[in-house]
Amino acid sequence: MRLAGQDLVVGYDDRTVIDGLSVEIPSGQLTVIIGPNACGKSTLLRALGRLLKPRGGSVLLDGELLHELPPRQVAQRLGVLPQSPLVPEGVTVADLVARGRQPHQRWWQQWSPADQEAVKTALADADIVELADRPVEALSGGQRQRVWIAMALAQQTEALLLDEPTTFLDVAHQVEVLRLMRRLQQGGRTVVAVLHELNQAARYADHVIAMKDGRIVAAGPPADVITAPLITDVFALDCTVIPCPVTATPLVIPNP
Amino acid sequence: MHGAVRRGGVVVLGVLVLLAAVAASLTVGSRHIPLAEALDALLHPAPTEAALIVRELRVPRTLVGLEVGAALALAGVIMQALTRNPLAEARVLGVSAGAATGVVCAIAFAGAASLASWIWFGLAGAAVAGALVFAVAARTRDGSGPVSLALSGAAIDAGLGAVIYGILSIDAATFEQYRFWVVGSIAGRTPAMAGQVAPFLLVGLVLAVVSARGLDALALGDDVARGLGHRIQRVRLAAAVAAIVLTGAAVALAGPIAFVGLAVPHLARALVGTAHRWVLPLSALLGAALVLFADVLGRVITPPGEVPAGVVTALVGAPVLLWLVRRARVVTA
Repeated sequence: MRLAGQDLVVGYDDRTVIDGLSVEIPSGQLTVIIGPNACGKSTLLRALGRLLKPRGGSVLLDGELLHELPPRQVAQRLGVLPQSPLVPEGVTVADLVARGRQPHQRWWQQWSPADQEAVKTALADADIVELADRPVEALSGGQRQRVWIAMALAQQTEALLLDEPTTFLDVAHQVEVLRLMRRLQQGGRTVVAVLHELNQAARYADHVIAMKDGRIVAAGPPADVITAPLITDVFALDCTVIPCPVTATPLVIPNP
Repeated sequence: MHGAVRRGGVVVLGVLVLLAAVAASLTVGSRHIPLAEALDALLHPAPTEAALIVRELRVPRTLVGLEVGAALALAGVIMQALTRNPLAEARVLGVSAGAATGVVCAIAFAGAASLASWIWFGLAGAAVAGALVFAVAARTRDGSGPVSLALSGAAIDAGLGAVIYGILSIDAATFEQYRFWVVGSIAGRTPAMAGQVAPFLLVGLVLAVVSARGLDALALGDDVARGLGHRIQRVRLAAAVAAIVLTGAAVALAGPIAFVGLAVPHLARALVGTAHRWVLPLSALLGAALVLFADVLGRVITPPGEVPAGVVTALVGAPVLLWLVRRARVVTA
Protein backbone atom coordinates (compact mmCIF):
# COMPACT_ATOMS: atom_id res chain seq x y z
CA MET A 1 0.00 0.00 0.00
CA ARG A 2 1.62 3.21 -1.17
CA LEU A 3 -0.26 6.45 -0.70
CA ALA A 4 1.17 9.72 -1.93
CA GLY A 5 0.13 13.18 -3.04
CA GLN A 6 1.86 15.17 -5.77
CA ASP A 7 1.62 18.94 -6.24
CA LEU A 8 -1.79 18.92 -4.53
CA VAL A 9 -4.01 21.97 -4.73
CA VAL A 10 -7.01 21.55 -2.44
CA GLY A 11 -9.64 23.92 -1.12
CA TYR A 12 -13.28 24.62 -0.47
CA ASP A 13 -15.39 26.84 -2.72
CA ASP A 14 -13.30 29.95 -3.39
CA ARG A 15 -10.74 29.29 -0.66
CA THR A 16 -7.53 27.44 -1.46
CA VAL A 17 -6.17 25.73 1.65
CA ILE A 18 -3.34 23.69 0.19
CA ASP A 19 -1.39 24.95 -2.80
CA GLY A 20 1.22 22.71 -4.36
CA LEU A 21 1.92 20.15 -1.64
CA SER A 22 3.63 16.81 -2.13
CA VAL A 23 3.57 14.08 0.50
CA GLU A 24 4.51 10.44 0.87
CA ILE A 25 2.77 8.22 3.45
CA PRO A 26 5.16 5.52 4.64
CA SER A 27 3.65 2.10 4.18
CA GLY A 28 2.91 -0.02 7.27
CA GLN A 29 3.68 2.80 9.67
CA LEU A 30 1.69 5.02 12.00
CA THR A 31 1.84 8.53 10.58
CA VAL A 32 0.61 11.53 12.56
CA ILE A 33 -0.10 14.89 10.99
CA ILE A 34 0.34 17.87 13.34
CA GLY A 35 -0.04 21.60 12.93
CA PRO A 36 -1.97 24.58 14.24
CA ASN A 37 -5.70 25.03 13.58
CA ALA A 38 -6.57 25.83 9.97
CA CYS A 39 -3.14 24.76 8.69
CA GLY A 40 -4.76 22.34 6.24
CA LYS A 41 -4.09 19.02 7.98
CA SER A 42 -7.69 17.83 7.84
CA THR A 43 -7.94 19.08 4.28
CA LEU A 44 -4.88 17.04 3.35
CA LEU A 45 -6.32 13.95 5.03
CA ARG A 46 -9.63 14.43 3.23
CA ALA A 47 -7.88 14.73 -0.11
CA LEU A 48 -5.81 11.60 0.58
CA GLY A 49 -8.99 9.78 1.62
CA ARG A 50 -10.93 10.74 -1.52
CA LEU A 51 -13.46 12.79 0.48
CA LEU A 52 -12.34 15.93 -1.32
CA LYS A 53 -11.34 16.19 -4.95
CA PRO A 54 -8.11 18.14 -5.43
CA ARG A 55 -8.24 21.03 -7.88
CA GLY A 56 -4.74 20.31 -9.01
CA GLY A 57 -2.10 17.63 -8.64
CA SER A 58 -2.90 14.03 -7.89
CA VAL A 59 -3.24 11.47 -5.14
CA LEU A 60 -1.63 8.16 -5.99
CA LEU A 61 -2.76 4.86 -4.48
CA ASP A 62 -0.23 2.19 -5.40
CA GLY A 63 0.71 4.32 -8.39
CA GLU A 64 -2.86 4.73 -9.64
CA LEU A 65 -4.75 8.02 -9.70
CA LEU A 66 -7.01 7.82 -6.64
CA HIS A 67 -9.72 10.09 -7.97
CA GLU A 68 -10.08 8.11 -11.16
CA LEU A 69 -10.48 4.72 -9.51
CA PRO A 70 -14.04 3.44 -8.90
CA PRO A 71 -15.06 4.72 -5.42
CA ARG A 72 -16.11 1.27 -4.27
CA GLN A 73 -12.70 -0.17 -5.16
CA VAL A 74 -10.96 2.65 -3.28
CA ALA A 75 -13.18 1.95 -0.26
CA GLN A 76 -11.97 -1.65 -0.25
CA ARG A 77 -8.38 -0.46 0.12
CA LEU A 78 -8.65 2.80 2.02
CA GLY A 79 -10.74 3.36 5.16
CA VAL A 80 -11.51 6.92 6.22
CA LEU A 81 -12.97 8.15 9.47
CA PRO A 82 -14.08 11.78 9.09
CA GLN A 83 -14.19 14.24 11.94
CA SER A 84 -17.81 14.30 13.05
CA PRO A 85 -19.89 11.48 11.66
CA LEU A 86 -23.63 11.47 12.39
CA VAL A 87 -25.25 8.92 14.64
CA PRO A 88 -28.74 8.07 13.42
CA GLU A 89 -31.19 7.56 16.25
CA GLY A 90 -31.76 3.98 17.26
CA VAL A 91 -28.83 2.43 15.41
CA THR A 92 -27.06 -0.31 17.37
CA VAL A 93 -23.30 -0.79 17.54
CA ALA A 94 -23.43 -4.01 15.54
CA ASP A 95 -25.60 -2.33 12.90
CA LEU A 96 -23.27 0.60 12.54
CA VAL A 97 -20.12 -1.53 12.37
CA ALA A 98 -21.86 -3.72 9.78
CA ARG A 99 -22.17 -0.69 7.50
CA GLY A 100 -18.39 -0.78 7.17
CA ARG A 101 -18.94 -3.85 5.00
CA GLN A 102 -20.70 -1.89 2.30
CA PRO A 103 -17.74 -1.59 -0.08
CA HIS A 104 -17.65 -5.39 -0.19
CA GLN A 105 -21.36 -5.79 -0.87
CA ARG A 106 -23.67 -5.40 -3.82
CA TRP A 107 -27.29 -4.40 -3.59
CA TRP A 108 -28.38 -7.88 -4.53
CA GLN A 109 -25.91 -9.50 -2.13
CA GLN A 110 -26.21 -7.63 1.10
CA TRP A 111 -24.91 -9.99 3.74
CA SER A 112 -22.48 -12.93 3.68
CA PRO A 113 -20.60 -15.10 6.20
CA ALA A 114 -17.46 -13.13 5.33
CA ASP A 115 -19.27 -9.95 6.36
CA GLN A 116 -20.32 -11.60 9.62
CA GLU A 117 -16.75 -12.66 10.31
CA ALA A 118 -15.31 -9.22 9.51
CA VAL A 119 -17.76 -7.50 11.85
CA LYS A 120 -16.94 -9.96 14.63
CA THR A 121 -13.22 -9.35 14.20
CA ALA A 122 -13.68 -5.58 14.06
CA LEU A 123 -15.72 -5.59 17.28
CA ALA A 124 -13.04 -7.68 18.97
CA ASP A 125 -10.15 -5.55 17.68
CA ALA A 126 -11.80 -2.36 18.89
CA ASP A 127 -12.62 -4.12 22.16
CA ILE A 128 -16.36 -3.42 22.01
CA VAL A 129 -17.81 -6.93 21.68
CA GLU A 130 -19.92 -6.44 24.80
CA LEU A 131 -21.44 -3.24 23.36
CA ALA A 132 -22.70 -4.91 20.18
CA ASP A 133 -26.41 -4.64 20.93
CA ARG A 134 -26.37 -1.22 22.59
CA PRO A 135 -27.74 1.85 20.79
CA VAL A 136 -24.79 4.03 19.73
CA GLU A 137 -26.37 7.25 21.05
CA ALA A 138 -26.31 5.80 24.57
CA LEU A 139 -22.52 5.34 24.58
CA SER A 140 -19.82 7.58 26.02
CA GLY A 141 -17.57 9.58 23.71
CA GLY A 142 -14.69 7.13 24.08
CA GLN A 143 -16.89 4.13 23.35
CA ARG A 144 -18.42 5.90 20.37
CA GLN A 145 -15.03 6.65 18.90
CA ARG A 146 -14.09 2.98 19.18
CA VAL A 147 -17.36 2.08 17.45
CA TRP A 148 -16.49 4.34 14.53
CA ILE A 149 -13.00 2.89 14.34
CA ALA A 150 -14.55 -0.58 14.40
CA MET A 151 -16.72 0.40 11.44
CA ALA A 152 -13.62 1.45 9.52
CA LEU A 153 -11.94 -1.81 10.59
CA ALA A 154 -14.84 -3.88 9.26
CA GLN A 155 -14.02 -2.32 5.91
CA GLN A 156 -10.83 -4.43 6.07
CA THR A 157 -8.64 -1.96 4.27
CA GLU A 158 -4.86 -1.92 4.22
CA ALA A 159 -4.82 1.75 5.15
CA LEU A 160 -6.83 3.72 7.66
CA LEU A 161 -7.08 7.54 7.72
CA LEU A 162 -8.44 9.06 10.94
CA ASP A 163 -9.32 12.75 11.30
CA GLU A 164 -8.78 13.84 14.92
CA PRO A 165 -9.84 10.53 16.46
CA THR A 166 -8.96 11.68 19.99
CA THR A 167 -10.63 15.08 20.03
CA PHE A 168 -13.36 15.44 22.68
CA LEU A 169 -12.08 12.42 24.61
CA ASP A 170 -10.68 12.48 28.13
CA VAL A 171 -7.03 11.52 28.49
CA ALA A 172 -7.66 7.87 29.36
CA HIS A 173 -9.90 7.42 26.33
CA GLN A 174 -7.37 9.27 24.16
CA VAL A 175 -4.68 6.80 25.18
CA GLU A 176 -7.06 3.94 24.54
CA VAL A 177 -7.62 5.10 20.96
CA LEU A 178 -3.90 5.71 20.44
CA ARG A 179 -3.07 2.20 21.67
CA LEU A 180 -5.69 0.82 19.32
CA MET A 181 -4.08 2.72 16.42
CA ARG A 182 -0.71 1.32 17.45
CA ARG A 183 -2.11 -2.25 17.54
CA LEU A 184 -3.61 -1.78 14.09
CA GLN A 185 -0.27 -0.61 12.71
CA GLN A 186 1.45 -3.57 14.34
CA GLY A 187 -1.14 -5.79 12.69
CA GLY A 188 0.20 -4.63 9.32
CA ARG A 189 -1.96 -1.65 8.48
CA THR A 190 -0.87 1.77 7.32
CA VAL A 191 -2.43 4.24 9.74
CA VAL A 192 -2.62 8.02 9.30
CA ALA A 193 -4.14 10.30 11.92
CA VAL A 194 -4.53 14.00 12.52
CA LEU A 195 -3.73 14.71 16.19
CA HIS A 196 -3.54 17.85 18.29
CA GLU A 197 -1.59 16.51 21.25
CA LEU A 198 2.09 16.84 20.36
CA ASN A 199 3.37 14.58 23.13
CA GLN A 200 1.01 11.82 22.07
CA ALA A 201 2.13 12.27 18.49
CA ALA A 202 5.74 12.05 19.62
CA ARG A 203 5.09 8.94 21.62
CA TYR A 204 2.92 6.87 19.28
CA ALA A 205 3.91 7.97 15.77
CA ASP A 206 6.53 6.31 13.58
CA HIS A 207 6.40 9.25 11.22
CA VAL A 208 5.35 12.82 11.90
CA ILE A 209 4.26 15.37 9.31
CA ALA A 210 4.26 18.96 10.56
CA MET A 211 2.15 21.45 8.61
CA LYS A 212 1.79 25.21 8.60
CA ASP A 213 -0.22 27.44 6.25
CA GLY A 214 -1.03 24.58 3.88
CA ARG A 215 2.60 23.50 3.53
CA ILE A 216 4.59 20.65 4.99
CA VAL A 217 7.32 22.15 7.16
CA ALA A 218 8.98 18.93 8.19
CA ALA A 219 8.40 15.18 7.97
CA GLY A 220 10.25 12.29 9.57
CA PRO A 221 10.65 10.33 12.81
CA PRO A 222 9.27 12.16 15.89
CA ALA A 223 12.73 12.86 17.31
CA ASP A 224 13.74 14.68 14.10
CA VAL A 225 10.53 16.67 13.66
CA ILE A 226 9.41 17.55 17.17
CA THR A 227 12.19 19.91 18.17
CA ALA A 228 12.01 23.20 20.02
CA PRO A 229 12.87 25.40 17.01
CA LEU A 230 10.33 23.66 14.79
CA ILE A 231 7.47 23.71 17.30
CA THR A 232 8.24 27.36 18.03
CA ASP A 233 8.06 28.10 14.32
CA VAL A 234 5.00 26.00 13.45
CA PHE A 235 2.81 26.76 16.45
CA ALA A 236 4.33 30.14 17.36
CA LEU A 237 4.81 28.66 20.80
CA ASP A 238 7.90 29.33 22.87
CA CYS A 239 8.78 25.91 24.29
CA THR A 240 11.41 23.50 25.53
CA VAL A 241 11.66 19.93 24.24
CA ILE A 242 13.22 17.30 26.50
CA PRO A 243 13.40 13.52 26.17
CA CYS A 244 10.45 11.89 27.92
CA PRO A 245 11.70 10.26 31.15
CA VAL A 246 9.56 7.18 30.43
CA THR A 247 9.83 6.60 26.69
CA ALA A 248 12.69 8.90 25.64
CA THR A 249 10.47 10.33 22.90
CA PRO A 250 10.38 14.15 22.60
CA LEU A 251 8.34 15.89 25.27
CA VAL A 252 7.12 19.41 24.53
CA ILE A 253 6.92 21.75 27.50
CA PRO A 254 5.59 25.26 26.82
CA ASN A 255 7.83 27.85 28.42
CA PRO A 256 6.24 29.81 31.23
CA MET B 1 -31.50 -6.59 20.03
CA HIS B 2 -32.16 -6.65 16.34
CA GLY B 3 -30.91 -10.05 15.25
CA ALA B 4 -31.62 -11.14 11.71
CA VAL B 5 -33.89 -13.91 13.02
CA ARG B 6 -35.94 -11.51 15.10
CA ARG B 7 -36.20 -9.04 12.24
CA GLY B 8 -37.15 -11.81 9.85
CA GLY B 9 -39.87 -12.78 12.30
CA VAL B 10 -41.20 -9.23 12.34
CA VAL B 11 -41.33 -9.17 8.54
CA VAL B 12 -43.24 -12.48 8.54
CA LEU B 13 -45.67 -10.94 11.03
CA GLY B 14 -45.98 -7.98 8.69
CA VAL B 15 -46.96 -10.36 5.88
CA LEU B 16 -49.61 -11.94 8.12
CA VAL B 17 -51.01 -8.54 9.08
CA LEU B 18 -51.20 -7.60 5.43
CA LEU B 19 -52.96 -10.88 4.55
CA ALA B 20 -55.50 -10.16 7.29
CA ALA B 21 -56.01 -6.69 5.81
CA VAL B 22 -56.55 -8.15 2.34
CA ALA B 23 -59.04 -10.65 3.73
CA ALA B 24 -60.92 -7.89 5.52
CA SER B 25 -60.90 -5.74 2.41
CA LEU B 26 -62.45 -8.58 0.37
CA THR B 27 -65.11 -9.51 2.90
CA VAL B 28 -66.18 -6.44 4.88
CA GLY B 29 -68.55 -3.83 3.51
CA SER B 30 -72.16 -2.78 3.29
CA ARG B 31 -72.69 -6.39 2.34
CA HIS B 32 -70.62 -8.89 4.33
CA ILE B 33 -69.27 -11.72 2.19
CA PRO B 34 -67.69 -14.64 4.08
CA LEU B 35 -64.05 -15.25 3.22
CA ALA B 36 -64.72 -18.69 1.74
CA GLU B 37 -67.34 -17.24 -0.56
CA ALA B 38 -65.07 -14.35 -1.53
CA LEU B 39 -62.21 -16.72 -2.40
CA ASP B 40 -64.62 -18.91 -4.30
CA ALA B 41 -65.74 -15.89 -6.31
CA LEU B 42 -62.13 -15.20 -7.18
CA LEU B 43 -61.44 -18.69 -8.42
CA HIS B 44 -64.77 -19.57 -10.04
CA PRO B 45 -66.47 -16.65 -11.73
CA ALA B 46 -70.15 -17.14 -11.10
CA PRO B 47 -72.84 -14.58 -11.94
CA THR B 48 -73.96 -14.25 -8.32
CA GLU B 49 -74.28 -10.84 -6.73
CA ALA B 50 -71.62 -11.63 -4.14
CA ALA B 51 -69.16 -12.76 -6.79
CA LEU B 52 -69.76 -9.60 -8.78
CA ILE B 53 -69.18 -7.40 -5.77
CA VAL B 54 -65.93 -9.18 -4.98
CA ARG B 55 -64.60 -9.22 -8.54
CA GLU B 56 -65.79 -5.83 -9.76
CA LEU B 57 -65.51 -3.72 -6.63
CA ARG B 58 -63.48 -5.22 -3.86
CA VAL B 59 -60.60 -6.77 -5.77
CA PRO B 60 -59.71 -3.57 -7.66
CA ARG B 61 -60.11 -1.58 -4.48
CA THR B 62 -57.83 -3.96 -2.62
CA LEU B 63 -55.22 -3.86 -5.39
CA VAL B 64 -55.24 -0.08 -5.36
CA GLY B 65 -54.93 -0.10 -1.57
CA LEU B 66 -51.92 -2.39 -1.76
CA GLU B 67 -50.24 -0.24 -4.38
CA VAL B 68 -50.94 3.08 -2.74
CA GLY B 69 -50.13 2.03 0.82
CA ALA B 70 -46.85 0.37 -0.09
CA ALA B 71 -45.81 3.24 -2.38
CA LEU B 72 -46.55 5.98 0.15
CA ALA B 73 -44.77 4.15 2.96
CA LEU B 74 -41.67 3.46 0.83
CA ALA B 75 -41.59 7.06 -0.35
CA GLY B 76 -41.90 8.21 3.27
CA VAL B 77 -38.90 6.11 4.33
CA ILE B 78 -36.82 7.51 1.47
CA MET B 79 -37.82 11.11 2.03
CA GLN B 80 -37.11 10.88 5.74
CA ALA B 81 -33.68 9.46 4.95
CA LEU B 82 -32.86 11.98 2.21
CA THR B 83 -33.85 15.01 4.28
CA ARG B 84 -32.70 13.50 7.63
CA ASN B 85 -36.04 14.81 8.81
CA PRO B 86 -38.32 12.52 10.82
CA LEU B 87 -41.34 14.57 9.75
CA ALA B 88 -40.75 14.18 6.03
CA GLU B 89 -43.50 12.62 3.89
CA ALA B 90 -45.16 13.02 0.51
CA ARG B 91 -45.47 16.78 0.84
CA VAL B 92 -41.83 17.40 1.54
CA LEU B 93 -40.44 17.15 -1.98
CA GLY B 94 -43.38 19.08 -3.42
CA VAL B 95 -44.51 15.91 -5.17
CA SER B 96 -47.94 15.76 -3.62
CA ALA B 97 -48.62 19.38 -4.48
CA GLY B 98 -47.34 18.73 -8.01
CA ALA B 99 -49.81 15.89 -8.49
CA ALA B 100 -52.62 18.01 -7.07
CA THR B 101 -51.75 20.87 -9.41
CA GLY B 102 -51.81 18.46 -12.32
CA VAL B 103 -55.26 17.23 -11.34
CA VAL B 104 -56.66 20.72 -10.77
CA CYS B 105 -55.36 21.89 -14.14
CA ALA B 106 -56.81 18.79 -15.78
CA ILE B 107 -60.25 19.57 -14.38
CA ALA B 108 -60.16 23.32 -14.87
CA PHE B 109 -58.46 23.66 -18.25
CA ALA B 110 -58.61 20.28 -20.00
CA GLY B 111 -62.14 19.40 -18.99
CA ALA B 112 -60.99 16.01 -17.76
CA ALA B 113 -63.79 14.63 -15.64
CA SER B 114 -62.81 11.07 -14.78
CA LEU B 115 -60.45 9.56 -12.27
CA ALA B 116 -58.77 7.64 -15.08
CA SER B 117 -57.89 10.77 -17.03
CA TRP B 118 -56.62 12.53 -13.93
CA ILE B 119 -53.96 9.89 -13.33
CA TRP B 120 -51.74 11.09 -16.15
CA PHE B 121 -52.08 14.72 -15.18
CA GLY B 122 -51.31 13.82 -11.58
CA LEU B 123 -48.24 11.84 -12.60
CA ALA B 124 -47.00 14.60 -14.88
CA GLY B 125 -47.52 17.24 -12.19
CA ALA B 126 -45.69 15.13 -9.61
CA ALA B 127 -42.78 14.51 -11.98
CA VAL B 128 -42.39 18.19 -12.91
CA ALA B 129 -42.56 19.35 -9.29
CA GLY B 130 -40.20 16.63 -8.04
CA ALA B 131 -37.69 17.25 -10.83
CA LEU B 132 -37.79 20.99 -10.16
CA VAL B 133 -37.18 20.51 -6.44
CA PHE B 134 -34.27 18.17 -7.02
CA ALA B 135 -32.75 20.32 -9.75
CA VAL B 136 -32.83 23.42 -7.54
CA ALA B 137 -31.42 21.52 -4.56
CA ALA B 138 -28.66 19.91 -6.64
CA ARG B 139 -27.31 23.32 -7.61
CA THR B 140 -26.79 24.43 -4.02
CA ARG B 141 -23.55 24.23 -2.11
CA ASP B 142 -24.47 21.08 -0.21
CA GLY B 143 -25.51 19.39 -3.46
CA SER B 144 -29.06 18.16 -2.85
CA GLY B 145 -28.29 17.66 0.82
CA PRO B 146 -30.99 17.43 3.48
CA VAL B 147 -31.47 21.14 4.06
CA SER B 148 -31.56 22.27 0.44
CA LEU B 149 -33.96 19.43 -0.48
CA ALA B 150 -36.32 20.23 2.38
CA LEU B 151 -36.27 23.97 1.71
CA SER B 152 -36.74 23.84 -2.05
CA GLY B 153 -39.46 21.22 -1.50
CA ALA B 154 -41.23 23.49 0.98
CA ALA B 155 -40.98 26.41 -1.45
CA ILE B 156 -42.44 24.44 -4.35
CA ASP B 157 -45.13 23.00 -2.08
CA ALA B 158 -46.17 26.47 -0.95
CA GLY B 159 -46.03 27.94 -4.46
CA LEU B 160 -48.11 25.17 -5.97
CA GLY B 161 -50.53 25.37 -3.05
CA ALA B 162 -51.15 28.99 -4.00
CA VAL B 163 -51.75 28.00 -7.62
CA ILE B 164 -54.19 25.27 -6.59
CA TYR B 165 -56.22 27.43 -4.24
CA GLY B 166 -56.08 30.32 -6.68
CA ILE B 167 -57.74 28.20 -9.36
CA LEU B 168 -60.21 26.61 -6.95
CA SER B 169 -61.28 29.92 -5.46
CA ILE B 170 -62.42 31.30 -8.80
CA ASP B 171 -63.74 28.06 -10.25
CA ALA B 172 -66.43 26.45 -8.10
CA ALA B 173 -67.18 23.71 -10.63
CA THR B 174 -63.58 22.51 -10.52
CA PHE B 175 -63.63 22.56 -6.73
CA GLU B 176 -66.75 20.36 -6.78
CA GLN B 177 -64.82 17.60 -8.59
CA TYR B 178 -61.44 18.25 -7.00
CA ARG B 179 -62.72 17.76 -3.46
CA PHE B 180 -63.52 14.13 -4.20
CA TRP B 181 -59.98 13.53 -5.28
CA VAL B 182 -58.19 15.55 -2.63
CA VAL B 183 -59.51 13.70 0.43
CA GLY B 184 -57.76 10.57 -0.80
CA SER B 185 -59.69 7.40 -1.45
CA ILE B 186 -59.13 4.01 -3.00
CA ALA B 187 -62.79 3.48 -3.88
CA GLY B 188 -64.10 3.64 -7.43
CA ARG B 189 -60.78 2.86 -9.11
CA THR B 190 -60.77 0.30 -11.91
CA PRO B 191 -58.29 -2.54 -12.47
CA ALA B 192 -57.14 -0.65 -15.56
CA MET B 193 -56.20 2.31 -13.41
CA ALA B 194 -54.32 0.08 -11.02
CA GLY B 195 -52.49 -1.31 -14.05
CA GLN B 196 -51.62 2.12 -15.40
CA VAL B 197 -49.58 3.10 -12.36
CA ALA B 198 -48.06 -0.36 -11.82
CA PRO B 199 -45.01 0.22 -14.09
CA PHE B 200 -44.20 3.42 -12.21
CA LEU B 201 -44.48 1.66 -8.89
CA LEU B 202 -42.19 -1.08 -10.16
CA VAL B 203 -39.53 1.45 -11.21
CA GLY B 204 -39.82 3.17 -7.84
CA LEU B 205 -39.57 -0.12 -6.01
CA VAL B 206 -36.43 -1.21 -7.86
CA LEU B 207 -34.76 2.16 -7.30
CA ALA B 208 -35.70 2.02 -3.61
CA VAL B 209 -34.11 -1.41 -3.23
CA VAL B 210 -30.99 -0.29 -5.09
CA SER B 211 -30.70 2.80 -2.85
CA ALA B 212 -31.09 0.93 0.45
CA ARG B 213 -27.38 0.60 1.25
CA GLY B 214 -26.60 4.10 0.08
CA LEU B 215 -29.28 5.49 2.38
CA ASP B 216 -27.79 3.55 5.30
CA ALA B 217 -24.43 5.16 4.55
CA LEU B 218 -25.84 8.66 4.03
CA ALA B 219 -27.44 8.45 7.47
CA LEU B 220 -23.90 8.54 8.91
CA GLY B 221 -23.04 11.77 7.08
CA ASP B 222 -21.83 12.62 3.60
CA ASP B 223 -18.16 12.04 4.40
CA VAL B 224 -18.76 8.57 5.84
CA ALA B 225 -20.87 7.68 2.81
CA ARG B 226 -18.05 8.80 0.49
CA GLY B 227 -15.56 6.86 2.59
CA LEU B 228 -17.69 3.75 2.16
CA GLY B 229 -17.39 4.09 -1.59
CA HIS B 230 -20.69 5.71 -2.51
CA ARG B 231 -21.14 8.36 -5.16
CA ILE B 232 -23.46 10.34 -2.96
CA GLN B 233 -25.01 12.51 -5.67
CA ARG B 234 -25.94 9.37 -7.54
CA VAL B 235 -27.43 7.74 -4.44
CA ARG B 236 -29.47 10.87 -3.75
CA LEU B 237 -30.67 11.08 -7.34
CA ALA B 238 -31.76 7.42 -7.45
CA ALA B 239 -33.50 7.67 -4.09
CA ALA B 240 -35.20 10.95 -4.97
CA VAL B 241 -36.46 9.58 -8.28
CA ALA B 242 -37.80 6.55 -6.39
CA ALA B 243 -39.62 8.78 -3.90
CA ILE B 244 -40.99 11.05 -6.62
CA VAL B 245 -42.22 8.21 -8.82
CA LEU B 246 -43.77 6.28 -5.92
CA THR B 247 -45.50 9.31 -4.46
CA GLY B 248 -46.58 10.61 -7.85
CA ALA B 249 -48.14 7.29 -8.85
CA ALA B 250 -49.87 6.79 -5.51
CA VAL B 251 -51.24 10.32 -5.30
CA ALA B 252 -52.35 10.33 -8.93
CA LEU B 253 -54.23 7.10 -8.32
CA ALA B 254 -55.80 7.73 -4.92
CA GLY B 255 -55.34 11.37 -4.04
CA PRO B 256 -53.05 12.59 -1.27
CA ILE B 257 -53.73 10.00 1.41
CA ALA B 258 -52.18 11.52 4.49
CA PHE B 259 -50.11 10.08 7.26
CA VAL B 260 -49.04 6.75 5.76
CA GLY B 261 -45.69 8.12 4.60
CA LEU B 262 -45.14 9.86 7.91
CA ALA B 263 -46.15 7.25 10.48
CA VAL B 264 -45.35 3.89 8.90
CA PRO B 265 -41.57 4.42 8.58
CA HIS B 266 -41.40 5.28 12.29
CA LEU B 267 -43.32 2.16 13.21
CA ALA B 268 -41.07 0.04 10.99
CA ARG B 269 -37.89 1.50 12.47
CA ALA B 270 -39.19 0.92 15.98
CA LEU B 271 -39.66 -2.74 15.05
CA VAL B 272 -36.55 -3.60 13.00
CA GLY B 273 -34.00 -0.86 13.61
CA THR B 274 -32.62 1.60 11.07
CA ALA B 275 -31.11 -0.59 8.32
CA HIS B 276 -33.02 0.13 5.13
CA ARG B 277 -32.89 -3.41 3.83
CA TRP B 278 -35.32 -4.20 6.68
CA VAL B 279 -37.14 -0.88 7.02
CA LEU B 280 -38.14 -0.68 3.33
CA PRO B 281 -39.86 -4.09 3.00
CA LEU B 282 -41.55 -3.86 6.39
CA SER B 283 -42.79 -0.33 5.63
CA ALA B 284 -44.24 -1.49 2.32
CA LEU B 285 -46.13 -4.29 4.10
CA LEU B 286 -47.40 -2.12 6.94
CA GLY B 287 -48.23 0.82 4.68
CA ALA B 288 -50.40 -1.39 2.49
CA ALA B 289 -52.03 -2.92 5.57
CA LEU B 290 -52.73 0.51 7.08
CA VAL B 291 -54.43 1.83 3.95
CA LEU B 292 -56.53 -1.34 3.59
CA PHE B 293 -57.59 -1.38 7.24
CA ALA B 294 -58.39 2.33 7.05
CA ASP B 295 -60.48 1.74 3.96
CA VAL B 296 -62.31 -1.20 5.57
CA LEU B 297 -62.99 0.86 8.66
CA GLY B 298 -64.28 3.70 6.49
CA ARG B 299 -66.79 1.32 4.89
CA VAL B 300 -68.45 0.45 8.18
CA ILE B 301 -68.24 3.39 10.58
CA THR B 302 -70.98 5.56 9.01
CA PRO B 303 -73.47 3.20 7.36
CA PRO B 304 -74.86 3.39 4.81
CA GLY B 305 -72.29 5.98 3.69
CA GLU B 306 -68.51 5.56 3.47
CA VAL B 307 -65.65 7.60 4.89
CA PRO B 308 -62.72 7.80 2.42
CA ALA B 309 -59.51 6.01 3.37
CA GLY B 310 -57.61 9.30 3.31
CA VAL B 311 -59.66 10.51 6.26
CA VAL B 312 -59.36 7.29 8.24
CA THR B 313 -55.58 6.77 7.83
CA ALA B 314 -54.88 9.84 9.91
CA LEU B 315 -57.53 8.78 12.40
CA VAL B 316 -55.90 5.37 12.79
CA GLY B 317 -52.32 6.55 12.34
CA ALA B 318 -52.29 9.41 14.82
CA PRO B 319 -52.63 7.22 17.93
CA VAL B 320 -49.91 4.91 16.64
CA LEU B 321 -47.53 7.82 16.16
CA LEU B 322 -48.41 9.23 19.57
CA TRP B 323 -47.67 5.87 21.12
CA LEU B 324 -44.30 5.79 19.36
CA VAL B 325 -43.45 9.29 20.57
CA ARG B 326 -44.33 8.39 24.14
CA ARG B 327 -42.38 5.17 23.96
CA ALA B 328 -39.32 6.94 22.56
CA ARG B 329 -39.43 9.47 25.38
CA VAL B 330 -39.57 6.71 27.96
CA VAL B 331 -36.53 5.03 26.40
CA THR B 332 -34.27 8.07 26.19
CA ALA B 333 -35.29 9.72 29.47
